[in-house]
Formats: sequence, structure tokens, C-alpha cells
Amino acid sequence: MSGAQILYPETEDDVARMVSEHHAAGLPMDIRGGGTRTGLGRPVQAAATLSLARLAGITNYDPSELVMAARAGTPLSEIEAALAANNQMLTFEPMDHRPLLGAEGEPTIGGVFAGNISGPRRIQAGAARDNLLGVRFVNGSGEIVKSGGRVMKNVTGLDLVKLLAGSWGTLGVLCEVIFKVLPRPETAVTIAVSGLNDAEAAEAMAAAMAMSVEVSGAAHLPLSVAYRFGDRLNGEATTVLRLEGLAPSVEVRTERLVAEMRRRGGVAVFDADATRELWRDIRDVKPFAVQRAKPLWRVSVAPSAGHQLVAALRLKTGVDAFYDWQGGLVWLQMEAEPEADLIRQYIKALGGGHATLVRADAATRAEVPVFEPQPRALDALARRIKDQFDPGGILNPGRMTATM
Amino acid sequence: MSELIAFLEPDQAVIGRRPAIIADLAQLLPEACLISDARELMPFDTDAFVSYRRMPLAVVLPETTAQVAAVLKYCNDNAISVVPRGAGTSLSGGAIPQEDAVVIGVSRMNRILEVDYANRAARVQAGVTNISISQAVDADGFFYAPDPSSQLACTIGGNIGMNSGGAHCLKYGVTTNNLLGVRMVMFDGSIVDIGGKALDASGYDLLGLICGSEGQLGIVTEATVRLIAKPEGARPVLFGFESSVAAGACVTDIIGAGIIPVAIEFMDKPAIEICEAFAHAGYPMDVEALLIVEVEGSDAEMDAMLERIIAIARTHGVKTIRESRSATEAALIWKGRKSAFGATGRIADYICMDGTVPLGQLSYVLGKTSEIVARYGLRVANVFHAGDGNMHPLILFDANDPEESLKAEMAGNDILKLCVDAGGCLTGEHGVGIEKRDLMRHQYSDADLAQQMRVRAAFDPQWILNPSKVFPLDGRNGGQPGHQSGLLDAEKTAAGKAAAGRTAA
Repeated sequence: MSGAQILYPETEDDVARMVSEHHAAGLPMDIRGGGTRTGLGRPVQAAATLSLARLAGITNYDPSELVMAARAGTPLSEIEAALAANNQMLTFEPMDHRPLLGAEGEPTIGGVFAGNISGPRRIQAGAARDNLLGVRFVNGSGEIVKSGGRVMKNVTGLDLVKLLAGSWGTLGVLCEVIFKVLPRPETAVTIAVSGLNDAEAAEAMAAAMAMSVEVSGAAHLPLSVAYRFGDRLNGEATTVLRLEGLAPSVEVRTERLVAEMRRRGGVAVFDADATRELWRDIRDVKPFAVQRAKPLWRVSVAPSAGHQLVAALRLKTGVDAFYDWQGGLVWLQMEAEPEADLIRQYIKALGGGHATLVRADAATRAEVPVFEPQPRALDALARRIKDQFDPGGILNPGRMTATM
Repeated sequence: MSELIAFLEPDQAVIGRRPAIIADLAQLLPEACLISDARELMPFDTDAFVSYRRMPLAVVLPETTAQVAAVLKYCNDNAISVVPRGAGTSLSGGAIPQEDAVVIGVSRMNRILEVDYANRAARVQAGVTNISISQAVDADGFFYAPDPSSQLACTIGGNIGMNSGGAHCLKYGVTTNNLLGVRMVMFDGSIVDIGGKALDASGYDLLGLICGSEGQLGIVTEATVRLIAKPEGARPVLFGFESSVAAGACVTDIIGAGIIPVAIEFMDKPAIEICEAFAHAGYPMDVEALLIVEVEGSDAEMDAMLERIIAIARTHGVKTIRESRSATEAALIWKGRKSAFGATGRIADYICMDGTVPLGQLSYVLGKTSEIVARYGLRVANVFHAGDGNMHPLILFDANDPEESLKAEMAGNDILKLCVDAGGCLTGEHGVGIEKRDLMRHQYSDADLAQQMRVRAAFDPQWILNPSKVFPLDGRNGGQPGHQSGLLDAEKTAAGKAAAGRTAA
């Protein structure tokens, strides 16, 4: 809301006090980190914005423990720089939404976990939620709550950490996050198979994942998007498979994977630098960062269903698509209308999954359910959970659904 | 017999209605699925936390999700407590019944429903044993990764209840990282499907919440789990050290150097002796501590990784290095490790702790653990997952000596507090159950616990599901929500009453 007040807490206690006051007054708050994903989700109508930008800084990092703790407003770039200095990384490869949404600002680590933002390595290393070990947050009543901790295995009590990950600020204001980090792979290569159609690519990716070569990224870039990745793909449909690890090991695995893929199409191998660039572009959905007026869906289905969904949609409407996560993550750019009902109906028919309207204008996002509508029983359950965290409904109201 | 841990006081009104309840249950499922005879109930009176026993009111072993739903609805309608049970291998008492509760066991729901290699997923019933999933897909080159020591017996339903780990989760993660979806029966008998073959379901992460909820949010009857391509080969290597401190420091350095093997297991001298006597795995007997480091991949890959690990081990004065040269030898090495609990049980009674600590604290906590146990005049054997800091001190005692039993429990509590104070947690993979319930306040504030209990109440308003577990019995009122949308007033009152914390001495 234009002209709304922006609050900048500098401590966890500040957050608790501010939320508590708004809770008492019944005033809704728009919770944000760097504000780079405010265009994702339903528009929030709030009396005030609570920005975590000044609740920042890495609080604990001992590289030999493979764990880092940071305040929620810490810029992701600061986290990644600290990790890179110790040859480590966030293994879930969080995507940067700025190019896609045309947003500015600095993504924060709190925002990454609040949105459960993951990238191509999700199929091997898990999502953001799998790497989040502990949280401190302020619930909608203004109470400071912690869950989890800074150890890699922890089953002590209910796993509220998972619940907070991907809750888009509707259950609590994240103040501090503790997460797993891993060594950067010594080297990486990409095996690129050219000339496969979507269905053949799905088969090839499934075959690669079934081999003991530890594929850490499996994407298919159809003809319509290949040229967006530069000259490297020669303008051909290309299926790309990433291998990472110790150099001698990558060498052995490359040989085996290349031998298998040669039976399917033309094969090229990209080196570490090219691999880094290519997968960053896939992660950030580069092909669809150009025509920003077009609605964009992020669809998650069983890997074998992705290409079937796109084929079915093509018979009905204008779509452009490419695939990550072995074919199970479909980035779907619509020619004109979002076609939410059609897409969701087909997903159901193909065995289930979910579609998120990642990009659309605010009016559309207020109209069309941005996140996949839940079956009634689960929706009621989510409602009850929400009420246990935020009884006054003041945290990011309406961000996830019209009533939540 | 004196007991440190209290249960909720049994509801005499429910116990008084026992014949009627059993008659009602008999209407809900086939005769063979209902156990009410005292002698037949005996095997269900405890789990692997054998120091505590309670006879249940009755046991049902349903064959279908619909039967689970019918029983759960009946129990909820009649305010009867329910204790879910897999194979009863919980080390924390998670499956121990109570006198006024009906046990719902999923052991008869043991079919693998679907194997889908293209999507690397298997859909199984909750009573399927952990190992049988891997066995079913082994010939096709796949496996299911979490491998708790009890994997021959434990069920996937129980694994989900406790978010079980295992030796190989250093690389592959624990149950929650390998679970794609569940079918679950809610408190009122309604059936919900959460997740599936598509990753990261929309909305709140209910799957992540349910995993590890110790049977308090619902009863899982089916699961969709991740299948992973088997590595080409795997090779466990034994590293013997002259001190536990050197072994602990070696673990920290391996991880710190950016090398993540599939598993790093630690054994101290007492554990080595116990396991070797049982399994004849060829463990070196002249060392104070042993690491089993497993690497996997092709021979060239394993050689490359081992070369680096060996170089690090040498800087810590490693005394013995022994690589397995055959699949048989490898299996023997793991047999020794995985039978550690069983082998210990042959020489003494024991309780097994499960605290997890930051890797940098391993050596410190090991030293302190020995001091604590010695102070109580008892012995300890340490065998645990060092790569992720998940410690398993086995405190040895004589269960026939009530005083010694108490001392063992007290030593255990001290060790767990030590783990929390070192920046760790009470339990890494065994669960809270009853065992660590009363220590929860050492790790969590009242506000933390109250938030968890409010979430619990959103799933089970009357607190009928496994009610004696996880949350300290006193102070449960404070955790009760003032505002529960969608619940009737009568239910709110019942919720408050059930959670009031009736404790029995």
C-alpha cells in the first residue's frame, strides 16, 4: 500500500515488540526481506511493512561444522561470499527471482527460506527446507519462538522448521535461520545431448538418474528456448545433465554417462565454467526473463508427467516451456491468459502436482489463485495451523490464499 | 518398582467400559485383526525401551486404511486414547501403550503397492519393513536410503513417526529428506493425501511436519518414498586410533576438508570389544577408537577419495588402516556395527542415548560422557554416527538392580543435558517418546513448547493420539490454544481437559 509505514527492526526484541503492538491493534503487516519477491504471491494489503533489512549479519559459522547461522535480513550475496571464501556453498542452489520479475533489491537469506526457494540441485541435494536446521521467529502474537537447532540431525519435538520454510511470512517473522552448508564440488561438467524431443528427453533424463553417476542437475531445453542460452546449444533442443565432485570421479562418471547418451543423440561435454553459467541461467529461468508481461507458471509434477502436460496444453492454448528436475519442474510461459483452471485440471489428470503463478500483474494475482488450491480437508487444516501461529491474522494476510 | 518417568493417569471410566469397547471394535474390523486376550496383548506392552511396560486396553491390526479410519473415528468419538505402532522397535518408548488406550498397529499393512523407476518412487503401505523396500528394488539397481540399525524389523510407518536416520544419512539424509508423500488418517477418521511424486507440495509443508511427529498428528497408512540409484560399489574402511580424541579430530578434519563420505561411524574400545566378540568382523583390538569410513562409486572414485581420507587420518596418528577387499568383508564390517545394540544386550542391559552435537564438540562431549557415567559407577560404550555428530552412548547396567537402573537413567539425562548445553539436541533420530519427554524444557522454552502444542492441537483437538509422549505432562494447559477455529465449543473443553496433564506416580 503506498504511503504505508515501513518499520525497520534491528533486533529480535524489536520484531517481537512491533508485531505485538500490531497484534494488539489488529493491524496487518507486510513482512519482507529484500523485497525481490513481493511480486510473487497474492498482493498483501497491510497497514505497515516490516522490513528485516536491518536485522542482518552472520551470527555463527564454523566451516568444519558445515553449518551457518545468520539473521534473516542478511543479504544472500553476503552469505554466498562468506561461503565461497571457505570453498563452501548452499547446496540447494536458490534461484534469483529478480530477472524474472524485473525486481530490484537484494535477496535475503530469510526470504530464501520463507519462500523455500530451491534450484536445479534440488533433485539431488534437497530443497531449501531440507537444508534448514533451525529457526528463531516471532509468531503473530509477538512471541519469540525457536525450533530446531544447529545440528544436522534433530528429531526433538515437532519440526516447525519445515512448516516455517515456504510459509511466505504468514506463520511467523523469521529472525534467524540456521542452515546446512556443503563443500563446493571440486569440478563440474555438463553432458549435453542434442536433438531430443520432450518425450525422448524425459526418457533420457530418467535413464541418467537411474545410473549410479550422481546427476546433480537434469534439464531439457526445447528448441523454442535453446537460443536464449547463447551459441553454446547451437540453437538445437538440448538435454543437459550435470555431474559434480572430485575430478577423478567426475571423469569416470562422465565417460559412463556419455557412453549411455550417445545412443540417444549427439553429445557434447561442457567444462566447469560453461557449466556454472548454463545452470545459473537455468536456475534463474533466463529464457522467460525477457517478455515480462506474459504470465509464467512454475509447475511441479512427477518427472514423467511434465512433457505430457505441456503436450496436452499445446493442443488448447499458446505455451512455451522448458524443464528442470528431471522433467518434473516445468517453467510454463503463457502466450496470453494464465489459463489456471485448464492447467490445474490437466495436472490432476496426470497424477497430481501443483502450479504456482510466479508472474502476473497484481490484478490477476488477486483474482487467480497464485498457489495451488488445496483439497478442503487440507485447507481447513492449514487454516487451523495458521490460527495457532497468527490468531489475529496480521502476518502477510492474503499472501498465500485469499483468506490466509 | 520405581519409575522416573510418569504416564498420564489411566482414565478409569474408559477402562471400566473395556468389554463394551472391545465389542464395538469387533464390529469395525475382522476378528483376526482384534487382540483383547491378556496373554496375546503381552507382546505389545512395551517397545525397545523395555524398562517401561503398560498393558493396552486392546490392540487392533487393521488391513486397510478404511479400517484404521473406522477405529480412529470411533476412538475420537468416545474420547479413547490411541497409540500408533509399527514394529515396536522404538528406543525412546514412542510405541509403549497405556492401560486406557487402543493400540493401532500397522504391521499387517505390509504391501509394496507400486514401484515407479521413471519417477524414482515407491508407494508402500505403512507396515512394510524398511529393508524390504531396498530388497524389492535391489535387482533393478535402486535402494531406499535411510537405514536405521533396526531396518530388518522396523516399518516405514514407524520411520516416518520418528523421522529415522541411520548410518548412511550423512550423504543421503534422513527419512524426511526421502519422503515424497503420505496417506494419513486424521483424528476424526478422515483420510488425507499429502505430497506425492511431485516435489515440494504447495501450501504449508505438512509432510515435513508430520515426519517425526511421533504418531501425534495422525496415523500414516501409506507412503511414497524416494528411490535412489545404487552406487556402483561401496567400500568401508577401518581406521584405528590410539585415542577417542584423535578419532574425533580426524572426523572434523575430513568433513572440514570438504570430503563427505557416505558414512563415518565411530566406536570406542568397549564398543569394539562387544561388537567383535559378537560379529567377528576383524576389528583391530589394540586401538582405543575405531572409525568406519565408507566411500562409494567406481573403484577409481573410491581410490581417489580414500587417498585423501588416509592422508588426513595419518596426520592424526592413525594406527591401523584396513580396507575391505570383498563384498563379504564389507558386509561383515557393517554387521559388526549394525549389531552393536544387540551385541551389547547380550552382555548387559543398556540404555542408548541419542543426543546430537555440533561436530566441533565431539571430542569434548565424548570425554564428558565418560566422566558422567563413571560418576554413577557405571560403564559406557560409544558407537555412533560421527559424521553428523549423532552420538549413541550405551550406558550398561543391571536391570535387576533397581538402584542401578535409576542411576543409568539419571546418567542418561545428564548426558543429554550435556549435549544440549554443547549446542546440540536431545535426540537426533530416535525420537523423544517418553524417554526424553521430561527433558524437553532443557532444550525449549515454554513459548517454544506452547507453539508446538498448539500445532499438535490443530491436528488432534482432544489429544487422543499417543498422549503421554513428547510433551512434558505438567504445563500442558499453557500450551492450549485459546482460539481454535473450526472446532466446536465442546471439543475445546475436551481438548483442555485431555491436556490438563493428569499424571500418575
